Amino acid sequence: MSSLEIKDLRKRFGNVEVLKNINLAADSGEFIALVGPSGCGKSTLLAMIAGLESVSSGEIRIDGRVVNDAAPKNRDIAMVFQSYALYPTMTVRENMSFGMESRRVPKAEQATTIARVAEMLQIEPLLNRKPSQLSGGQRQRVAMGRALVRDPKLFLFDEPLSNLDAKLRIEMRAEIKRLHDTVGKTTVYVTHDQVEAMTLASRIAVMFGGVLQQYDTPREIYRNPVNRFVAGFMGSPTMNFLDATVGEGGLVLDGGAVVPLLPDQFPRLSTGRKVVWGVRPEHFSPAAERRAERRGGVSVPIKAQVDMLEPTGAETILFTRISGQKALISVDADDAPEAGAPTQMAVDMGKTCLFDPETDLRL
Amino acid sequence: MAETTHADFDALSTGSLRRRITAKAIVYALLTVFALFYLMPIVIILANTLRPLDDIVRTGFIAWPADPSLSHWAEAWSTFCIGGTCEGVSRYFKNSLAMAIPATIISTMLGLINGYILSKWRFRGADLLFGLITLGVFLPPQMTLLPWAWVLGNVGLSNTISGLILVHVVQGVSFTTLFCRNYFLAIPDDLIKAARIDGAGFWRIFRRIVLPLSPPIVIVAVIWQFTGIWNEFLFGTIFTSGDKQPITAAIVAFSGSGTGERHYNVEAAAVIMAALPPLFIYLVGGKYFVRGLTSGAVK
Repeated sequence: MSSLEIKDLRKRFGNVEVLKNINLAADSGEFIALVGPSGCGKSTLLAMIAGLESVSSGEIRIDGRVVNDAAPKNRDIAMVFQSYALYPTMTVRENMSFGMESRRVPKAEQATTIARVAEMLQIEPLLNRKPSQLSGGQRQRVAMGRALVRDPKLFLFDEPLSNLDAKLRIEMRAEIKRLHDTVGKTTVYVTHDQVEAMTLASRIAVMFGGVLQQYDTPREIYRNPVNRFVAGFMGSPTMNFLDATVGEGGLVLDGGAVVPLLPDQFPRLSTGRKVVWGVRPEHFSPAAERRAERRGGVSVPIKAQVDMLEPTGAETILFTRISGQKALISVDADDAPEAGAPTQMAVDMGKTCLFDPETDLRL
Repeated sequence: MAETTHADFDALSTGSLRRRITAKAIVYALLTVFALFYLMPIVIILANTLRPLDDIVRTGFIAWPADPSLSHWAEAWSTFCIGGTCEGVSRYFKNSLAMAIPATIISTMLGLINGYILSKWRFRGADLLFGLITLGVFLPPQMTLLPWAWVLGNVGLSNTISGLILVHVVQGVSFTTLFCRNYFLAIPDDLIKAARIDGAGFWRIFRRIVLPLSPPIVIVAVIWQFTGIWNEFLFGTIFTSGDKQPITAAIVAFSGSGTGERHYNVEAAAVIMAALPPLFIYLVGGKYFVRGLTSGAVK
C-alpha cells in the first residue's frame, strides 16, 4: 500500500492555478524528491500535504486515509523547514519535547525518545542550548531531531539544506540519506537542487509551471526525460539542445554539419522534419577514445570549435560551437584540448535524444 | 586567539590633540547647558515644595529654600483641601492607580491577542479590520467625548473608576494592537506552522511561542499605556467628579477652586507626586522602550 497518494490535486489562489492536476503516489518507506525551479509549485504541494494550505480540488491520502480536511496535527506528519523554524525561546530539549507535550506523551517516554534521537544525531551536548547559540549545521540537526522524535507516518522536508554552505550541505545530504536508511519512513523532500534530488530520492517528481512533468526513478529521469524541460533541468552542466532537421543521411544541424543517426533509433521521423537534438555534455568524448564502443554503444564523430575552457578539477568544461551552435562539453581534465582550435569529438549516439521544437516533447 | 576589540566610532577622537580637546569641551558644555535647561523646572518645583508659603509669596518662585521643611509633602498627601474635601491627594493618587493599572493590563493583553490574530491568523478582511482598529490612533479623543458620555450613562458607569477603565481600555487598544501586530509580523510564519504540525493550537502557540518572544513589545505597550492613562485628564475631569477623580483631574481643580490663597508649596508637592509613577516607569523601562520601538528583530 502506498503511504502517500495524491490524486488529481489542484490548487488555486484566486484565479491563478498554481498546481494543475497532480497525481503521484509514494510507497511505504520511499524517498520522494519534489524538484523544480522557484515558483513551480513544489513548496505549495508540500504545504498541502502538511495541511498548511487548503486543497482546491482532488485528494490527498496518507496511509490510505483522505486527509484533505484534517488539521496538520492530525495527519501524523513531521516537517523540517528551510528556516529550521526552531522555537527561539526554548532550549534544544524543549524544542524537541514541544510536540510530544502537545500530544500528551508521558514525561518519561519523552526523555527516552529525546535521548535516543539526540544520540542518533549526535546532538546530546547541545540539548540545553538555545537555537541562537547553535551553528547552521547544528540547527539543521536539531530541526531534524524535532521531526524524528515524532515517529510520524510521513516526513516532509522543505529545502532543508539551502541555508548551509556547500561543504556542510554535502555532509548533511549524506546524513539525511543515512537517517532515511535507518528510520525507513516515507519521506517527501522539496528541493531546487537536482543533485540533491538525484542523490537522495528513490523517485523524483520534476515540476514546472504547476504541472508534474515526470515522476520516475533518478536513473530513468536522467536517461529518458519525457520532455525538453526535464532533460534540461536534471543534469549538470545542463543538456545541450541543438536545432536540426531530419535529412537523408541523418540529422542535419542548423549550420550544416551532418550527424548520422543509428539504424532504427528514430524510425518514425519523416525527412525534412525540424527537431531539437539533446546531448548531455558528459556524452561527448575525445574521438580517439571510442568510449561508447567500449560500453557496447555507438559513437558518431562530430567537430567542435573550442572557445573557452573551464577547468573544475577532475573534469574540464569546454565552451564550444558545434556547427555554429553553442554547446558545453565535459571531458576528463587530461583530455582537454587547447582553446581556440577545432577538435574532433565523439558522441555516444545511443544516449542522445530528440525533441519536438513545437511541443518540447521527446520524440 | 588574537584579542579583538570593537570600539565604537568616536568622532571626537580624530584630528590633532588640541582640536580633540576643544571639540570635547564644546560638546560637553552644550550638553550641560541643555541638560540644565530641561532640569530647571523640576528643580524649581522641588525647591518650592520645601519652602514656607510666605517665603514664596515674598521672594517669588525662583529661590533656594532658606529653611527647608518636608511638612508640605505630608500636607499635600493627606490633609490638603481639594474641592471641599480635605484629604490631600492620596485618595486621587489611589484612584489613578486603580484606573491606570487595570486599564494598562487589559489593553495590553487585548493588544497582544489582537496583534497575534491580525498577524498570524490572517483572515479575509483582516487588513481592513486592522485599519479600522488603528483609526483610533488618529482620532482626537475630544471627538469621542460625547459618544463616551452616552455609553457610560447607558451602561451605568458614569462617575466611576470602572467607567474610566473602560474608556481607557477601548481608546488604548488601538495603540497596543498597532504595536503588537507590527512587532509580531517579524516573527517568522514558519514558527507558527512548525507549532501547528507539532500539535499546538491557537492558545498554546500564543502562550508558548509568541508570548515568550514578546517582552520588548509588552514593555513598550505598558509604558505607553500607563503613562498615557496616568497623565490623561480630559476624560477624568469630564466623566468623574468629587472623590472619584484621578489625580490629574484633581490637580486641575487647584486652579479651578478660585477661593482663598494659593498654597504653592503644597501644590508643588502634589504635582510632583502626580508625576512620580510615570517617571518611575520611564526610569525602569525607558531603556527597553527605546529598544522595543526601534528594533523589530526577533533573534
